[in-house]
Amino acid sequence: MPPPKDDRPSVRTYADHEVITPPNKLIKVIAKRGGFHEDPIARAEAALQELSSDFGEWMRAECDRLHAIRIVIKTTGFTKQSLDELFHAAHDLKGDAATFGYPLAAPIAESLCRLIEHTPDPKQIPLPLLDQHVDAVRAIVREHARPDIEKIASALNERLQKVTEEFLVHQNRHRPGYLDGVFSPPIAPGDKF
Amino acid sequence: MIRIDFNRLRFVIIDDNAHMRRILRTLLHGFGAREVFEAEDGASGLEAFTTQMPDIIITDWAMPIFDGLELTQMIRQPGGNANPFVPIIMLTGHSERGRVLAARDAGVTEFLVKPISANALHDRIVNVVCNPRPFIRTSTYFGPDRRRNFSSTYAGPERRKGGRADVIRQVPLAEKARMVD
Repeated sequence: MPPPKDDRPSVRTYADHEVITPPNKLIKVIAKRGGFHEDPIARAEAALQELSSDFGEWMRAECDRLHAIRIVIKTTGFTKQSLDELFHAAHDLKGDAATFGYPLAAPIAESLCRLIEHTPDPKQIPLPLLDQHVDAVRAIVREHARPDIEKIASALNERLQKVTEEFLVHQNRHRPGYLDGVFSPPIAPGDKF
Repeated sequence: MIRIDFNRLRFVIIDDNAHMRRILRTLLHGFGAREVFEAEDGASGLEAFTTQMPDIIITDWAMPIFDGLELTQMIRQPGGNANPFVPIIMLTGHSERGRVLAARDAGVTEFLVKPISANALHDRIVNVVCNPRPFIRTSTYFGPDRRRNFSSTYAGPERRKGGRADVIRQVPLAEKARMVD
């Protein structure tokens, strides 16, 4: 049965494309003026703040996940599955670290993602470099209360980024232009609390 | 600030990371949403889309079975499901320009880079509710109009044939992804 007339999208047809305007079924949820007084963003931030007592434990769990897959790789070598799991673990850390209150760990997780993603033959990834990334993330999380952690994390990050960049440039020397933009700052640096 | 009644919106959130699902659920409940359904991979996300008929989908990119990009492409099949127009907000740790463009070309409505914030998530939801874009169907694309802005400096040919299509002036996706609180 065709949808009721009011639910049908309007379609304008051109030579090589159509412009389709679906009915905006969500317009009904736009509040009338004066309908709501409480700030929904403040309420959501407060709810998140209540949850934040769990963040330390969650971050340690993410680090344990990264460590566990590192052990698997060191025991059995790189496989597609282990490489996928390693990338996912590093990628989740990159995205979650700042939310969980450990922003200093995020750039190192990002460097590890880059190392995995842009090495043409993953078997060439040096295990010591993998270890250094994983150990640096874990150390930053473990020692995050130290007064000098920012300085330490910055030094670790700078060094790991440099070594990773040199390695990737060498590994991709036969693919001119491939790394263009890989080391530049992302276009979407994300949001901060 | 535009206020929307979250209590009347149904969400499906798809992320393989249980911690991130919990954070998203907490934020959405904080906004006032009551109907929040979760899925932990692309396949169960597609099933949740079919069975729950959400008003808005929030999905991760990197997931097992099939990822958020593939999920978006499956949903954006005109005639293939009940609501190929559903707004899709992609929440991801991927932040490279190429990734944003790939998400746009798959039919993603809004792009949000982790780390997440209440403000940024609220902004994207308000945008899909209050400023819906028309959809474009060509031989190679079906999804929200990718032309968010009118460029007075564009000197090339009009690539859409058969008349000038409407331009909905909005902040380009890449620009929005850059926005911070």
